Amino acid sequence: MVDTIRVKQGVTASAPSSPPKRRWWRRGSLPYVLLIPAILLELLIHIIPMLAGVGISFLQLTLFYLRNWRAAPFAGFSNYAVAVNFSSATGQALLHSFTVTIIYTLIVLAGAWLFGMAAAVLTQRAFRGRGAVRTLFLIPYALPVFASVITWNFMLQRDTGMVNQLLMSLHLVGSRPFWLIGQDSFWSLVIVQLWRTWPFAFLILTAGLQSIPADLYEAASLDGAGILGQVRHVTLPLIRPVNRVLLLVLFLWTFNDFSVPFTLFGSAPPSQADIISIHIYENSFVSWNFGTGSAMSVLLLLFLLLVTLVYLALGRRGARHA
Amino acid sequence: MHEPAWFRWARVIVLSLLGLFAIAPVYVMLTASLKPLPDVEGAFRWIPSHLTLSPFIDMWQTIPLLTYLENSLIVCSVASVASVIVALLAAYAVSRYRFHGRQVFSVTILSTQMFPGILFLLPLFVIFVNLSQDTGINLYGSRTGLIITYMTFTLPFAIWMLAAYLDTIPRELDEAATVDGTGPLGAFIRVVIPAAIPGIVAVLIYAFMTAWSEMLFASVLTNDSTRTLAVGLQGYATQNQVYWNQIMAASLTVSVPIVVGFLLLQRYLVAGMTAGSVK
Repeated sequence: MVDTIRVKQGVTASAPSSPPKRRWWRRGSLPYVLLIPAILLELLIHIIPMLAGVGISFLQLTLFYLRNWRAAPFAGFSNYAVAVNFSSATGQALLHSFTVTIIYTLIVLAGAWLFGMAAAVLTQRAFRGRGAVRTLFLIPYALPVFASVITWNFMLQRDTGMVNQLLMSLHLVGSRPFWLIGQDSFWSLVIVQLWRTWPFAFLILTAGLQSIPADLYEAASLDGAGILGQVRHVTLPLIRPVNRVLLLVLFLWTFNDFSVPFTLFGSAPPSQADIISIHIYENSFVSWNFGTGSAMSVLLLLFLLLVTLVYLALGRRGARHA
Repeated sequence: MHEPAWFRWARVIVLSLLGLFAIAPVYVMLTASLKPLPDVEGAFRWIPSHLTLSPFIDMWQTIPLLTYLENSLIVCSVASVASVIVALLAAYAVSRYRFHGRQVFSVTILSTQMFPGILFLLPLFVIFVNLSQDTGINLYGSRTGLIITYMTFTLPFAIWMLAAYLDTIPRELDEAATVDGTGPLGAFIRVVIPAAIPGIVAVLIYAFMTAWSEMLFASVLTNDSTRTLAVGLQGYATQNQVYWNQIMAASLTVSVPIVVGFLLLQRYLVAGMTAGSVK
């Protein structure tokens, strides 16, 4: 509403006779005015809570002090000491969870890129039904996580699930494995997350392939390159800038994801699939120890910052040498 | 161009396998939602032996599904529309003006995207609880609290995508409108916004889908009366029984509008994402 009124003023203000001072917002300050709502929201939900989170990590904030957090006793670095003391149970569990998360993220990342790339390359040339295939591939990305992953939970049930039924009828297993507890739960998580993630890689890589000029393929073909040669010498080098962003985004999303493991296992996952976001959540809201939970979150943030900076720096150096 | 036979075969096989992988849960969801309870409690059958629509009727009784649906619809619609408006204003500033702090703003906002949600959740929870204690403003357990939170989540990506989209709209268009006697805001509303509709639609879908699926904050910041679908759907698993057929029916019901909307508008979404990511 305010904007509409301003616009009307703007119309009269730009009439030749009106004095320039009525256009105060046109000079310099307009971009800042436009940014105010975004900055306020970012401050309220992201920046202030993040700073508060760093503050809380130095407090002994338990359920007792929750409604009056300023009274919580100062704890210094003791929350951090608890989190990284790898000879204690808490530290060991955190290290284990961190290791599991790294391995799971890297496997999902590799799989999602491979599936996405294969699908993007194979749908690059027009064929009958290509539109339908592309649409089909996007369905896992379009489905709400809670609905699709709860279906996976049903499919992975030992006695009533589809997965074991399929494996049994193909004679791939002798007895029905448990997929949601024990050793195999890790692979359940990897497969479900992969199912959810690869369509996004496909989407971005398809868009990236479309920006490669067709005459490059023709030139490679005239030089005698077959389909595989064209992929190796044209597609892969030219898709590199897209890969650089895509892999970082996929890494951060998978590493931080909460919805998939939470829907698959609930708030108490088997230790083989104890993903770090769930681990900290459980440490905070189940045992109501916000100080330690915040310290763990801050450590996680520092790790992600480090990974991102190193990745970007390496990418920049690689780009310069290329 | 000539395609060797092995390539065509490889294409058919790989694409079929990927397609089966992608679609399997949808098939299970659809068939299980049409089975009576004893059938989903026994060994899985590919073809249902009895078909029934009762899960689609019973699902409304087992949990307060209608309340959850209403909460999700209100929270997600308001949050995504508001987020797009705020993002559009910011994106216009970033795309059209070179002001002090522009780089800092862009980098800060985008970097919040990589932070783990749990890092904000704990303090936000503490802040919301203490806010209602100190000032009586009740954000904890309210839809408003969740709306503000979701607006902010989608904001960074929305600003980024919209700014990239606005960059593709020639500046001559707004300049022409300015010359015609409209102020910069007039040019923005009359010229830039209409030209940016595909980008706006893309961001709107993205924001709505993100909010519709969000679980971490919904699981902590809502109570029984404000619970959203993402969290509420877990309620079909009671201590005594898991109503799998009703879970599947409810999942299907709340997925169909989202998937159909996404597929109808995916052209815009892909165009918007491409403008943002492939430069």
